[in-house]
Amino acid sequence: MGFSDATREKALEIIARYPADRSRSALLPLLHLVQSEEGSVSPAGVEFCAEMLGITKAQVGAVATFYTMYKRRPSGDWLVSVCTNTMCNVLGGQEIYDRLSEHLGVGHDETTADGTITFEHAECLAACDYGPVMTVNYEFFDQVDPDTAVHVVDQLRAGQRPQPTRGARLCTLKEMSLQLAGYAEPREEAMGDGPAGAPTLRGVRLAQDHGISVSGFDPDTPIKSSRGDAAPAATAAGLAANKPASDLKPAGDAPQPQKQALKEAK
Amino acid sequence: MTAPRRETLEKLTPVLTKRWLSPEAWRIGVYEQLDGYAALRKALAAHPDDLIQLIKDSGLRGRGGAGFPTGLKWGFIPQTARSARDTEKPHYLVVNADEGEPGTCKDLPLMTHDPHSLIEGVIIASYAIRANRAFIYIRGEAVHAARRLRNAVREAYAKGYLGTNILGSGLDLDVVVHSGAGAYICGEETALLDSLEGFRGQPRLRPPFPATHGLYASPTVVNNVGTIASVPYIVLGGAGWWKSMGTEKSSGPMIYSLSGRIANPGQYECSLGITLRELIELAGGMQPGHNLRFWTPGGSSTPLLTAEHIDVPLDFEGVAAAGSILGTTATQIFSDQDCPVYATYKWLEFYHHESCGKCTPCREGNYWMVGIYRRILSGAGTAQDLDTLLDTCDNILGRSFCGLGDGATSPVTSSVKYFKQDYLDYIEGRKAPRLSGKQLVGAH
Repeated sequence: MGFSDATREKALEIIARYPADRSRSALLPLLHLVQSEEGSVSPAGVEFCAEMLGITKAQVGAVATFYTMYKRRPSGDWLVSVCTNTMCNVLGGQEIYDRLSEHLGVGHDETTADGTITFEHAECLAACDYGPVMTVNYEFFDQVDPDTAVHVVDQLRAGQRPQPTRGARLCTLKEMSLQLAGYAEPREEAMGDGPAGAPTLRGVRLAQDHGISVSGFDPDTPIKSSRGDAAPAATAAGLAANKPASDLKPAGDAPQPQKQALKEAK
Repeated sequence: MTAPRRETLEKLTPVLTKRWLSPEAWRIGVYEQLDGYAALRKALAAHPDDLIQLIKDSGLRGRGGAGFPTGLKWGFIPQTARSARDTEKPHYLVVNADEGEPGTCKDLPLMTHDPHSLIEGVIIASYAIRANRAFIYIRGEAVHAARRLRNAVREAYAKGYLGTNILGSGLDLDVVVHSGAGAYICGEETALLDSLEGFRGQPRLRPPFPATHGLYASPTVVNNVGTIASVPYIVLGGAGWWKSMGTEKSSGPMIYSLSGRIANPGQYECSLGITLRELIELAGGMQPGHNLRFWTPGGSSTPLLTAEHIDVPLDFEGVAAAGSILGTTATQIFSDQDCPVYATYKWLEFYHHESCGKCTPCREGNYWMVGIYRRILSGAGTAQDLDTLLDTCDNILGRSFCGLGDGATSPVTSSVKYFKQDYLDYIEGRKAPRLSGKQLVGAH
């Protein structure tokens, strides 16, 4: 399929978000963009991205196939994902997945015969306090059980749009892909959807109910000035001592506790 | 379910979570009424170096898992006078919002319900490290958080908090919210940078470190959402106030994400150093009929702990002393009705699926370990399987390109260490197989 001039315009807008000589940074949003047109990343979509960025189709293809959110086969309007990672799994996620798979007659990464629903199991969706969860086009349905999950997909297949527990009212996967490409939510009312659920507020509400707050907070506390003193020479010494500062995963040097655990397990 | 005692309740420290109680705090007008952007005005009146020093003085450590001192990280950015040399590379701030560590669910609610606090932190941090461009790399699946965040960025531009000459200070800053596309590995900071540059998300060899060769091979600070969102509070309340929470080496409040077999799962922002016993008390106790058996202190990449660790102080030092890692304080709580072997198997499937494939130990090791778990859980395990698992871990740990491989060994070695009998029960036929023969197809 050829892409319209409007899509080309959008692609140029996306590229303009990044530094002029760094247009390749636009590749992930561009892949979301072509998915918003076609419902998946087709060979034509790959070619479009390559052309817009002046890189090869092989380079685009290598990226498109790396990320799970880019669908390589035509998908339905509704992507139903069930978390089967450990926590949701032990809380019932596996039963939900099995039941839906049987009910829809499809397995992981497959689309129903009527073309409406693409089904998948997902890894941790970062909602463990609401487990077990499933999502439709990435909007959350919390604390589901097999029956409620079946009800949701039946509504979808009947052309209805069930309201997610958290998150905004549903839009189609193509419409969602446009937001993933970095475009604003066009539905003003959807922005306000999805009030914080009880688990999100548990701690802060408990504190409120018991009148707990952190004392000693004075927003006018002055910021200490070192002007006039020798400027803190952060760089040279700092760089020499710059140990891996990764979030969670320090490269190379294994964290000691794991080594210890391995030794003890042996 | 018993009510928590007063002394336990007083460990609650609602700071970053406080605005979540205001349903409209994601709107800029409401945010401004709730002290919003007051820290920015205050910060812009200070010298950038003084802000870096302030963060150092506060003892703030990274909230993404590694706990690296934030002020130190900022200080690594070469702070030469930029105007003097045109060829100098630009500085970048990149926020790691790719939350995906199993069990972790603290950043998504923050960005959904209080997105401006992150943006305010981004502006202050960018000013401190002399960056004129910042990127927020948000997990692709986090669509509602991204929706609110993009809206907040738009509002901030309209009000003059972003763009050129911010609040008349001379600071120019552009912020882009960049959605990922479904890859856990992109939470690793160098993989994130590769992904942000439009490549497959695969980790880079270090050194050089991002502080000098990060995004576009330029000086870059990569910080977690919770880290950056902490900054405005430190700017307002000061380092001393921040250190009134937590412990000497682990200062401040921390959002503990409790999930699993407790009465009230959820987000509990507490003083660093609280214990699991106290957290369970805050969460209304265990669910009826469930007794604590094993738990992760900070996501599945941190070695499992057991009921005997219930009084370990949950700060960076305390958890390390107990043989694990504080990680992301994603406290997943399992009971005597949950099987540690099955739990580990599901985590291993995750690491197998999410391994980026760049290095052999992680790509192959996780593949083979999943096969061994399937064999054990289907009742076909052998006496050698435990040794093979541990040998495989030995060949992954410290031999992988990044921490994903290291993390994958955590549940394996810790569960073998604490729950060897559970493994043997499957292997020696005392426990009914958990997986059917059908699921064994493909396992070797």
